[in-house]
Amino acid sequence: MTHPTLTARSRQGSGRLADLLFRGSSRIAAGVVVVLLILIALLLAWNSRLTWQTFGLGFITGQTWDPVAGVFGALPFIVGTILAASLAVIVAAPIGIFTAIFLSELAPRRIATPLTFMIELLAAIPSVVIGLWGVFILAPFLRDTIEAWIVTLFGWIPFLGGPAHGIGLFTAAVILAIMILPTIVTISREVIQAVPGSQREAMFALGATRWETIRRVVVPYARSGIIGAVILGLGRALGETLAVTMVIGNKDAIPSGLFDQAQTIASKIATSFSEASVGIGTSSLIALGLVLLILTVILNVVARLLVLRVASPVGGE
Amino acid sequence: MVAVTPAVRTGRLTGTRSANRRTRTDKAMRFIAGLAAVACVIPLGAVLIFVTLNGISALNLDLLTKPSRAQGIGGGAAAAILGSIQMVLLATVVAIPFGVLAGVYVREFASARVARAVRFAADVIVGIPSILIGIFVFTFLVLPFKQYNAFAGSIALAVIMVPVIMRTTEEILKLVPVSLREASLALGIPMWRTVFSVVIRTGLPGILTGIMLAVARAAGETAPLLFTALGSRFVNVGDFSKPMDALPLFVYINARQPYELQNQQAWGAAFLLLLFVLVVNVLVRARTAGRRAQ
Repeated sequence: MTHPTLTARSRQGSGRLADLLFRGSSRIAAGVVVVLLILIALLLAWNSRLTWQTFGLGFITGQTWDPVAGVFGALPFIVGTILAASLAVIVAAPIGIFTAIFLSELAPRRIATPLTFMIELLAAIPSVVIGLWGVFILAPFLRDTIEAWIVTLFGWIPFLGGPAHGIGLFTAAVILAIMILPTIVTISREVIQAVPGSQREAMFALGATRWETIRRVVVPYARSGIIGAVILGLGRALGETLAVTMVIGNKDAIPSGLFDQAQTIASKIATSFSEASVGIGTSSLIALGLVLLILTVILNVVARLLVLRVASPVGGE
Repeated sequence: MVAVTPAVRTGRLTGTRSANRRTRTDKAMRFIAGLAAVACVIPLGAVLIFVTLNGISALNLDLLTKPSRAQGIGGGAAAAILGSIQMVLLATVVAIPFGVLAGVYVREFASARVARAVRFAADVIVGIPSILIGIFVFTFLVLPFKQYNAFAGSIALAVIMVPVIMRTTEEILKLVPVSLREASLALGIPMWRTVFSVVIRTGLPGILTGIMLAVARAAGETAPLLFTALGSRFVNVGDFSKPMDALPLFVYINARQPYELQNQQAWGAAFLLLLFVLVVNVLVRARTAGRRAQ
């Protein structure tokens, strides 16, 4: 929406020139934002061309990453990324959605306000600090408790076998779940709050309990927005680097089990980039980056569209 | 209308036994929702407590004043602290004009379609993993010069800050009443002065809030610095063509060392970082909350 009043030009000569300059420079600044996005994609594609020329799509399906032999395959990292991120979402989505419901529908304001604030604070903690806590506190704790229990009770199920190291896929997923919780909670809360009050009132008037109102009216109404929130969380989990790098174990192979060590795309780039030989080594890591870029951009676009469907006022911007 | 069909079904359940069951379900689900909220806060508490405890015991004068040394023989985070301050400052100086002007453009000048496109681009950039921003900057500010440098680090941080500043600026300008603009224009004041002296002036506290949050975020970023500023064991003041250390890099590198002393230094540095980020966030949000209440 533009303001018709502002599009009228000033009549003073000097003012007009300054106006043009100002308008022009602000347009350039906005252009920079758009160009930046395009440049990111182009530069990653261009600088990884050597890898795509050499391996083609075989790069994505290849299972070996051996810089010495000059063979580069991304599959272990793609699998690691998807496994870690989806496990994180499985843990974080129900907790996050229930929390959002609690904050917007159930809790009195004097509880909801500080809780919301604390959850936003969790999002502000730098990744590396959470990683440090993950390595020295969370990983040993999980190893001795949850991981040990699962191995003893369900170790006979193929994917759940031991040994539990603490450092590995499982801990990475838990760390990721913690880090994407704020995303899921704040956005779900927003879309739930956008559900018109009349919908709830109609339900109450019919004698429904609070929970029935939430389950049959509020959540269905906000559904696409909540799905969007979860997808945004997934997108964050795919790209999260430092904390994951510190706890996942950095093993360049497809993990054989839940507690095995693994590697994500982001953690592979983080650990190998500065040692890679310029040429095919660097190019392959940038190619990995391009794969990650495509994944996250697609997820983000889909998620934003879903959230917009619920959260934007009808006919507004 | 959505409500009608299911509600008719619940109407069927108003017998006493089912009414009891419904109340029980209601209570149970409310309890579970409350539990989930508590579960969200536990990690925050755990991180704060452990980082504070371990961080404070690692905090000493050496950590604050000495540059880092080789494996396990002391030193401190001075190079990292100075590096973080310099790189974040430069990044802020670069990011503010782009972010604020882009926000002004989207809000004041752009057509609806252009505004949507720019906003969309900014949102997508915010969603791009920060390590990819690092690689992006690496390809044009490190690769051609064959030299890791602090300037590249600052630019990477600026790229992360611009969309954040732009979006908050835009949101704040939305709150500035149109009548203010009209009054200023009616007085014959040219548009650029209206925007600067009236619109931006009015929204300034909010814009500053956005900038501070962007600064706090940039100060905690590690991934974009890994292949740009790289980190350094030496104090680097002012030479942006050379590698430079930063607090998050210091935490990352020292956490991976096998030496007890360096792990402690990582905790100390993490505490400093967390303190800064939290203080900024609490101050900023306390202020915005206060303003909203007025």
